[in-house]
Amino acid sequence: MTYIAKPKIVHGGLTKNALGFTIRDYEGGMSTLCAGCGHDSVTAALVQAFFELNIPPHRVAKLSGIGCSSKTPAYFLGASHGFNSVHGRMPSIATGASAANRELCLLGVSGDGDSLSIGLGQFAHAVRRNLKMTYVIENNGVYGLTKGQFSASADVGSKAKKGEVNEQQPIDPVQMAMAQGGTFVARSFSGDKEQLIPLLKAAIKHNGLALVDVLSPCVTFNDHEDSTKSYSYTRRFFHRAVHLDYVPPAEEIKAAYDEGEVMSVELHDGSRILLRKISKDYSVNNRGAALDYIRSHHRKGEIVTGLLYIDESEPDMHRINNTTTTPLGSLDLETLCPGADALASVQARFR
Amino acid sequence: MSGRSKSRINDFVLRLANVNGTGSASANGLLMKVIFRMGIPVMGKNFFPSNIQGLPTWYEIRITKDSHLARSGHVDLMVAMNAQTYQKDLKEVSPGGTLLYDSTWARHSVLSRPDITILGVPLARMCNEHFKNARARILMKNMAYVGSLAALLNLDRDVISELVEEMFASKKALIPSNMEAIELGFEYAKEHFDCPLVTRVEPMDKTSGHIMIDGNTASALGCVYAGATVGAWYPITPSTSLMDGFKTFAERFRKDPETGERNYCIVQAEDELSAIGIVLGATWNGARAFTPTSGPGLSLMNEFIGFAYFAELPAVIFDVQRVGPSTGMPTRTQQADILAAAYASHGDTRHVLLFPANPKECFEHAVAAFDLADRLQTPVIVLSDLDIGMNDWMCEELQWDDDYRADRGKVLGAQELEEAENFYRYLDSDGDGIPYRTYPGVHPKGAYFVRGSGHNKYGAYTEESDEYQEVVDRLCLKWETAATLVPAPAIRKSPKPTDIAVVSVGSCDYAVLEAIEHLAASGIYLDYLRVRAFPFSDEVEEFLEQHERVFVVEQNRDAQLKSLLTLETDYPKNRMISVLNYSGLPIDCRCIIGAIEQAVAKGVAA
Repeated sequence: MTYIAKPKIVHGGLTKNALGFTIRDYEGGMSTLCAGCGHDSVTAALVQAFFELNIPPHRVAKLSGIGCSSKTPAYFLGASHGFNSVHGRMPSIATGASAANRELCLLGVSGDGDSLSIGLGQFAHAVRRNLKMTYVIENNGVYGLTKGQFSASADVGSKAKKGEVNEQQPIDPVQMAMAQGGTFVARSFSGDKEQLIPLLKAAIKHNGLALVDVLSPCVTFNDHEDSTKSYSYTRRFFHRAVHLDYVPPAEEIKAAYDEGEVMSVELHDGSRILLRKISKDYSVNNRGAALDYIRSHHRKGEIVTGLLYIDESEPDMHRINNTTTTPLGSLDLETLCPGADALASVQARFR
Repeated sequence: MSGRSKSRINDFVLRLANVNGTGSASANGLLMKVIFRMGIPVMGKNFFPSNIQGLPTWYEIRITKDSHLARSGHVDLMVAMNAQTYQKDLKEVSPGGTLLYDSTWARHSVLSRPDITILGVPLARMCNEHFKNARARILMKNMAYVGSLAALLNLDRDVISELVEEMFASKKALIPSNMEAIELGFEYAKEHFDCPLVTRVEPMDKTSGHIMIDGNTASALGCVYAGATVGAWYPITPSTSLMDGFKTFAERFRKDPETGERNYCIVQAEDELSAIGIVLGATWNGARAFTPTSGPGLSLMNEFIGFAYFAELPAVIFDVQRVGPSTGMPTRTQQADILAAAYASHGDTRHVLLFPANPKECFEHAVAAFDLADRLQTPVIVLSDLDIGMNDWMCEELQWDDDYRADRGKVLGAQELEEAENFYRYLDSDGDGIPYRTYPGVHPKGAYFVRGSGHNKYGAYTEESDEYQEVVDRLCLKWETAATLVPAPAIRKSPKPTDIAVVSVGSCDYAVLEAIEHLAASGIYLDYLRVRAFPFSDEVEEFLEQHERVFVVEQNRDAQLKSLLTLETDYPKNRMISVLNYSGLPIDCRCIIGAIEQAVAKGVAA
């Protein structure tokens, strides 16, 4: 996780958010990824999203595993808490963090190697737990740091830089999350800022695990012809199913929409997301139909993007556990320790 | 041991051979509890298979007026309820002993022994005649032999009925049938045998102020009392009952009776890799968190344990050791994870270990483990074992001091951060090797990056040799500090000066004490040190130096404690003699006595 400190130059004219922070306050160190890496665009989108949502940086914990994607938390939210864990194990750290401090805003950044191979189990179980967190997968179909091996998300027929052709079926995190009961499942493209930023904002506000699978091309090892994770392939075949606008709490809906076209979903903090179908036969709250749609387009070589499924009503980990609203980590011993008299009474059954 | 006295009153071993899944465990537990309530010190060990129903299982009860709470290696009275193991069970009865069997089915005359007394009680027949329900017929056989033993051993029947009532307090309808079964066995024995036997029980007053509790339950209580709020685990024998216990106590003490809101969160993880990750995520955020596991789970946790060591995060891990390597024998006991725990994970790592010797220490060490983990910002592994964890031990009542204050270590709060000029995570401002930490979300100045990659004292990523070395050298200084904070060894000096000693650990304790007592009677005097923690404090080193020869008693094949002493102290390896038990069954004093007597006879130690 190398990084270069970025000189902080604050121009007087920079816009401030409601907390008085400028966008610079949400940036991190200089990226050391390859020039043109899709991940840097995701980084920029995250910076923008957190800035616009007025979240105090120190109330955010950004977590990652190992890999190029997992290096990116060093490049954004420099004033936030960070946790660069071991390979594929970020979801367990996030689970513990959430268990101890349910008020913390958790952002996990992972990659296709980190979440779909070594960490597939932890990814699936974090979805199953409906842990309240944003889970971004920067998906490029390839292992970059170890020089270009296929990852588990590589499509059948995709060709590696050295000419090898992948013949194994890909693991699609979107379809997996849908099947595991995921409550917020989205896919986007690092080159589509207009779609990605509102999607991330909605994800951050979702009351459960929000998966955002972002196709994020690897310019060094997987951006050539015959790659299905390249910029040109993704641009050609990505298919927006749903358009999403994020509306903060108590803000008026300004954009003009035709009646009947827009679905509004209220998030737990009072903010709303407005979903506008681009594709007529898409249903964002029908798990089975959404899966069918994604699969049938995948067969045609198309990548369906947007907020693909949402259910705000499912309970998250803490609601299932009925955990107290005070973060467990801040309860004092007086509250937690039953005391000497209780110990004496407990022992009656051992006599 | 030829010196065994003839009188067996309050000094004998009762072993019950059963088939698992037939309800014998509650009957055997009842027997032990009766003896305990009659005021006689008692030890119980369950030797059970890794199976749910149908395989052989044994329960061994030692009635020991002198509080020798380890196995003796003898069987004075065998209750042979399992035809499958009858031949073996018969063989194991000590000469002069007694065997009681279910005479519903005749035993072949080849299966007899002239040097023991064999008593037949038609348990199955009596129960079949008396009870209608098929399951009851199986279960009640157990209660029937409890009845026969009550007559043969002179057990207090009032205590028995009191215990039966407690046992079935929530299923009162079952009390009469159980009492009837006991009566059946009792009457049969009274009528057909000379009751009571020479080997029998007489009331004493040596158990007041004591309880019977297993180590996992005691550890669980320790977690509740220390204020642990997050428990993550993956089920594994023999540690499972620790989390079961935590849940039971937490439901009782940590749940709002009105709202049902919980002041705790248990996560049953997908595996141990995740369980330890959850613990680290929680301690990073200021909660006290723990995970119970056993050997295979510890192996899986290695990567994160190394991470926690390097990133300096607290964690409490209970390793209830079982027989390895690999799956090994999951329901048998061993102390074979000592080295794996001490140096868990790749790279230069060393971890704080605590070694409870009984359930009372499980409770105390659990609390100490959370304090040490927080103070030292590092994983603490409590190395218990199946024998301590799953067997009910007689021990002194647990005590709690309401003045206890948790040591949360060096944590900067919002106020301190507000006043501080800046905050750097890995600076050693106090010279004890322990830096200051912050919890996420508390204050903007407290933000930092937790990482397992190379970092400098400011917490920033580094690949600079000097910066890296500065941090890992500081971790060594912290290790020295740890040696001053961990529980001191338990030292017991011989009544006569001696230059030989025993060093041991954990559940070997009672067997060692009995061996030392026995050897003293034959003129061999030994000092005794029981290691209670790693790193070894100066007291351990000093004790070793004071002795010419040291017998290191432990329960594994490879002499792991001896290895650790060799690596981590200056005491010469060739002055240590290993005494090892790795059968999977709890150690008894005979192997210790034998090894020491032999060494003394050879002149190796005197």
